[in-house]
Amino acid sequence: MAHDHDHHHHDHDHHHDHGTVLSDVELRVRALESVLVEKGYVDPAALDLLIETYETKVGPHNGAHVVAKAWSDPAYRDWLMKDATAAIQSLGYIGRQGEHMVAVANTPAIHNMVVCTLCSCYPWPVLGLPPVWYKSAPYRSRAVMDPRGVLADFGVALPEGKQIKVWDSTAEVRYLVLPERPAGTDGWSEEQLAGLVTRDSMIGTGLARVPA
Amino acid sequence: MNGGADMGGMQGFGPVRHEGEHEPKFHAAWEKRVLAMTLAVGATGQWNIDMSRSARESLPPPQYFAKTYYEIWLAGIEKLMIERGMLSAAEIEAGHMLAPPKPLPRILTREAVPVVLAKGGPTERPSDQPARFKAGDRVRAKNIHPTGHTRLPRYVRGHIGTIELLHGAHVFPDSNAQGQGEQPQWLYTVRFAGRELWGPDADPTLSVSVDAWDSYLEPA
Repeated sequence: MAHDHDHHHHDHDHHHDHGTVLSDVELRVRALESVLVEKGYVDPAALDLLIETYETKVGPHNGAHVVAKAWSDPAYRDWLMKDATAAIQSLGYIGRQGEHMVAVANTPAIHNMVVCTLCSCYPWPVLGLPPVWYKSAPYRSRAVMDPRGVLADFGVALPEGKQIKVWDSTAEVRYLVLPERPAGTDGWSEEQLAGLVTRDSMIGTGLARVPA
Repeated sequence: MNGGADMGGMQGFGPVRHEGEHEPKFHAAWEKRVLAMTLAVGATGQWNIDMSRSARESLPPPQYFAKTYYEIWLAGIEKLMIERGMLSAAEIEAGHMLAPPKPLPRILTREAVPVVLAKGGPTERPSDQPARFKAGDRVRAKNIHPTGHTRLPRYVRGHIGTIELLHGAHVFPDSNAQGQGEQPQWLYTVRFAGRELWGPDADPTLSVSVDAWDSYLEPA
């Protein structure tokens, strides 16, 4: 699969519209949307709201809230590990692509990493839309075979003997990695802790930030 | 189908190109429209999520590899709508309606967006069948090569793993994608040792877990 950020079709015909250059795919998408609106299959205002939702409302800050709460509250952590769907829903993160959640906890002995080799399955309510690299062939092909090599691409080196558990989301179960709580954060508030939780640490291609 | 989407264990794609923790959510305005159109036309109920995945993943491998992610989504919805007589290729080329619309039972309105997203599409179904396997059981992923949609990745087929989690009965994508109904089956997480999958040179610290429906598995 080609990289999304290499999509400029410089060798294709270009068309001019109000001074901007539109690629073939841009023209085709515009044409398709025109037909769908004309046929009454889509409500343009609904399309705008869908985009707004995933651009501004749903994102990794939701997952960071879940992780920070699990770090702060042992009873919540237990609930998250036993019934992640309910524990996550209790914070208001529900719905599409998060219907069946499982949380997997990193420990000093185990590092978890999540992939979808077959497509791009990803826990939308807690992490938002997947980044391009998550959907790309290099990640999908190598994560299950050479996760340490993949981690090196992210600048992450794990201790040699640490077990690596890769979760390939081949069904409708979605996995959230609970990263290890960084040292030096005793007494931190949930809000402060959430600031240490990166998106990549919840996929398993990164670790939580260490306090400066 | 052993198609282009089943990438686990392929080699030669190069390094993972990471854009940082705060990369743009979209890399072109048209990508947003494709995402939104896919969700909106999906909500008209003319197909299910397995049909939607199948439409994308059954693209001939050379096309699948050449297209960007949202180009694959675009090809997927075009195919699904053309197959169902909702529009024609000529209409997409023309950029306007050439034939009357197909009557649809529902359209996703702006008001309904939050409700539909919150509801999602749970796939767990009640089952009166007991699970065939329990945690710790040894199982083999069958050496099968279905010509239609499937969610058993090639890299585990024929290999022995251990049942790790039970998830209840879930809609079976292989049948659901082909309009043959949900036919729910028990869904398990099966854990495979890295060396079982990739041989003696594999990382000894690696294990890979996949979610597998009952009929993908046999006792080992």
